[in-house]
Amino acid sequence: MLSRVAENIYWMARYIERAENTARIVTVNANLLLDLPKGIAPGWRPLVDITGANTLFEEHYKDYGERQVVRFLIGDERNHGSILSALVAARENCRTIRDFVPREAWELLNEIYLFAREDLAKGVTKGGRHAYLKRVIQGAQNLTGMLSGTMLHDQGYDFVHLGRFLERADMTTRIIDVRSANLLPEDTPDLRPFETIQWVSVLKSMTAYQAYRRSEQVRVLRGPVLRFLFQNDAFPRSVHHCFESLRTSLSKLPRNESALRVAGRLKRNLEGTEPRRLNQQQLHAFIDDLQVGIGELHVEIARTWFPPPLESQTQSQTSD
Amino acid sequence: MSIDWNAYSSDGFYDELVAAPERGHAALAGLMADLEALGPDELVARQAAADVSIKEMGITFTVYSEEGGTIDRTWPFDIIPRMIPQAEWERVDAGLRQRVAALNLFIDDLYHEQRIIKDGVFPAEVLEKSVNFRPQCVGVDPPLGIWAHICGSDLVRDSDGTIYVLEDNLRVPSGVSYMLENRLVTKRVLPELFEHYAPLPVDDYPSQLFDTLAALSPRPADYPAVAVLTPGIYNSAYFEHSYLAQQMGCELVEGRDLFVDTDDCVYMRTVDGLARVDVIYRRIDDLFLDPEAFLPDSALGVPGIMRAWKAGNVALANAPGAGVADDKVVYAFVPDIIRYYLDADPIIPNVPTYRCMDPEALAYTLANMEEMVVKPANESGGYGMLVGPASTKAERDAFALLIKKDPRNYIAQPALRLSTVPTIIGSRLEPRHVDLRPFILSSDRQQVTMGGLTRVAMRKGSLVVNSSQGGGSKDTWIVPDPVSADD
Repeated sequence: MLSRVAENIYWMARYIERAENTARIVTVNANLLLDLPKGIAPGWRPLVDITGANTLFEEHYKDYGERQVVRFLIGDERNHGSILSALVAARENCRTIRDFVPREAWELLNEIYLFAREDLAKGVTKGGRHAYLKRVIQGAQNLTGMLSGTMLHDQGYDFVHLGRFLERADMTTRIIDVRSANLLPEDTPDLRPFETIQWVSVLKSMTAYQAYRRSEQVRVLRGPVLRFLFQNDAFPRSVHHCFESLRTSLSKLPRNESALRVAGRLKRNLEGTEPRRLNQQQLHAFIDDLQVGIGELHVEIARTWFPPPLESQTQSQTSD
Repeated sequence: MSIDWNAYSSDGFYDELVAAPERGHAALAGLMADLEALGPDELVARQAAADVSIKEMGITFTVYSEEGGTIDRTWPFDIIPRMIPQAEWERVDAGLRQRVAALNLFIDDLYHEQRIIKDGVFPAEVLEKSVNFRPQCVGVDPPLGIWAHICGSDLVRDSDGTIYVLEDNLRVPSGVSYMLENRLVTKRVLPELFEHYAPLPVDDYPSQLFDTLAALSPRPADYPAVAVLTPGIYNSAYFEHSYLAQQMGCELVEGRDLFVDTDDCVYMRTVDGLARVDVIYRRIDDLFLDPEAFLPDSALGVPGIMRAWKAGNVALANAPGAGVADDKVVYAFVPDIIRYYLDADPIIPNVPTYRCMDPEALAYTLANMEEMVVKPANESGGYGMLVGPASTKAERDAFALLIKKDPRNYIAQPALRLSTVPTIIGSRLEPRHVDLRPFILSSDRQQVTMGGLTRVAMRKGSLVVNSSQGGGSKDTWIVPDPVSADD
């Protein structure tokens, strides 16, 4: 398989996953805000914090109001992480590899993209938002299922997995990072019930609430929730599950030594830590570490299997 | 309502089907009767079925839209086939082989001794001014001495029934994928006619193309590594590039997938590492092929690929520089070229051509622009030409200035009365003008497609058949001559 094709497949999967995750965090934030008392509600800014695009946001918007943040995350094409941008990018990547993905998958991706663009005006309203985001999430899930059910499970599919699980691991850690911080002042016993609501919202943004209840069988508390989201290997959005899936796909590819080395280090770091024992600051540092590792893994995948970036190619052309 | 052939008027043009009785071929007369029997409603229904198939099969071509973006358009197709009797086709086939053989000898000569110039048959100044002559190719010996491995020649038929070669495309001729897809669609929508007339098959083109390319491999192997090099998804013929790669079972690569190492061999970047490439069917123009040898800022090409080609480590089809022979001024010399190299008369004539570099021809052209088609030497796709009979006085005046400024760059031909074929327009059959592009493959042996791509000008009276200018296409049926029956 050509390196360029592998790269396009990988990014297609990453962007589909990104669109889905972004839709999830917006949905859940909306629900969370309805449950929290006005005075302590964190508003919409944390969503932009999750995506790390604050500088870009502040260039174009005056404040972190609901309308602004939702538009920025759903339909602003200047934001490369917005749902619409992610779908545009997924589609562009898919266009050049139409021989490798089943025709129906290309058509479905096209459909989701067209829907996201045409219904954007409805999607950014309070009333239309829920249905819009639900359809994006379902579309992405359909696509995942269709690829799993119809695409050749060869090297190309390994790159679908790499893209999907790397993006998902990244997003899960970001969500935990932002959502576990800044919500409530520490040691405020009368706000206990709201702490539960906060953690329920974290779980729900990953469709993890039911799975958590079934698997942990304790009420929703910071410690068990962290352990579940980081270390449960049966839940498909947990960091551990993502890392395991990455290792499985990596181990099937040729010349995988250095990528496996990075993945192994990531896994040891995750398994050797008990997140429940970390205070907020330590947790933040731990997540930072994981994210650096995820970034390194991407660099290693690109270095091993993808074509050299265009810039360096042109540079070598002109220096000749 | 029924089809009334008496009401079908081809207005003095030669109609490929209705002229059938004169040509005395049973299949042509038979097809007229069969179309009449099907009736207009049924034909319209079959046409609708064909349109649906084309959409489903995703047969598209890309056009540049006004907003600067590009869009995939579905391929316009008319179901009424264009029939050519086998005996007539065999003569055309022989003529095309002869022509391309001579052109390949001509190109090889131009890049070596230039005997044809020394012998005074071909003027040195035409070569000096040719924009497609590549000094970088002088002295190179491509495998088997062949330069133009894939040639698409455009044929037209005038009102007296004579078939002419209108032009040769020796750079990156396109259209063959549509020829193949048209056949598939016709089989679906006109199965009974297909079965009855049994047109000769066209489907073996991808394997013939693969054989043609494989024969050029520098490494002897049963399955040498062949790749199709495309400029990318935004090229108007991307569908064809991807189609041919798929049909031949080889990789579709872009410039950045390839890499020339210090051993002057070409490699593909694959997930398993670098993989050597033996033959490249390149669908990128010469000038974009190698930034080291040609345009330095081309991002489409592969730095060093010319080095690898000259060293004989990779074969390029068509060879760089082959385009020198599809210049429209060179075209005018092709009959002389055939006589010079093959010592034979051309089997298929050229359209009479006035080379504006010649003062007499220039004067004649300027005086008769209304009846002539004037073409720039190196444009394709129907761009930048003047169709005299369809032009206004102002257009002709403007064009005359262009010609006078650079006469070497123009040729003029009498406006041919292009033949017509019945075409479904609304719910009736009307005559529409057609041409024909067969494809000629050359390497260790020559092969010619069975027929080719019939392009049709869908607008009434229009002579412009290019898909970029609103043209459509038809399936082309080479029909076997009837076995003489004992009746």
